[in-house]
Amino acid sequence: MAETTNYMILGFAVIFVTMGVHLWSLYNRAGRLKKDLAMLEEMEEE
Amino acid sequence: MEPRPVALKVLDWLSVILLLIASYLTLFWAPTEAVMGNVQRVFYFHVAAGWVGMIGFLLAVFSGIMYLIKSDMKWDIIGLAGIEVGLVFSLINIVTGAIWARPIWNTWWTWDPRLVTATVMELVYVAYLMLRQGIEDPERRARFGAIYAILGFVSVPLSFLSIRIWRTIHPVVIGSNDPGAEGTFDMTADMQTAFFFSLFTFTVFGVALLWHRIRIGRLQDKVERKKMELMS
Repeated sequence: MAETTNYMILGFAVIFVTMGVHLWSLYNRAGRLKKDLAMLEEMEEE
Repeated sequence: MEPRPVALKVLDWLSVILLLIASYLTLFWAPTEAVMGNVQRVFYFHVAAGWVGMIGFLLAVFSGIMYLIKSDMKWDIIGLAGIEVGLVFSLINIVTGAIWARPIWNTWWTWDPRLVTATVMELVYVAYLMLRQGIEDPERRARFGAIYAILGFVSVPLSFLSIRIWRTIHPVVIGSNDPGAEGTFDMTADMQTAFFFSLFTFTVFGVALLWHRIRIGRLQDKVERKKMELMS
């Protein structure tokens, strides 16, 4: 049997890091948009 | 942004639990493949990621058609969400495929029909995002995006069928393999459990991500409209 454990670790690392980056990106964008909306609503009231 | 609906909260937690179980099944439950060794375990998530990618692109083509019929911006938002999630999972599919190929085919990359068509598919949808960036008018952007998503979808069945219609060294999971395929294996019952559970897990996780991305799209639309109101 071939010793391929390092490639398996690399594969799973890529999977979870990519998913993590996408989740962080979604969270970050949502936060920024919420701030923008709050600021625009404030400007509208003024 | 409206508060997260209960169903989405349930889906989020379900995704976390399913991902933990799927990781256990692929890393510990499924037996080690006799020839390839541990790297074969990547296969379970590799296929599942490809599957979710294609679901995302399928959703985008459906949304594109709906937008052209109804001219409702909600379909543009759904289509964009489908493509973004599709791109992320297709990227996972392509990169994990290259990692698996290194010890099994002795190369990270080869000009095999599946590898080429999958990469072309990814690039087609990256170009979709670039196209959108270049159009300011939201309705024009949505119309062009819808047409592009419909035309670009040709790359999806082409990639899926490439290993079935052309000579290839890429293994076929369901169906018969090309005699030249390298890295094929027969799945045991435990391997099948890990495989189908991973497919289910990634489907649930993909739906949760799509839902989140659609919510962000709605919020983005609201911000853009508010900006327009203030400027006029």
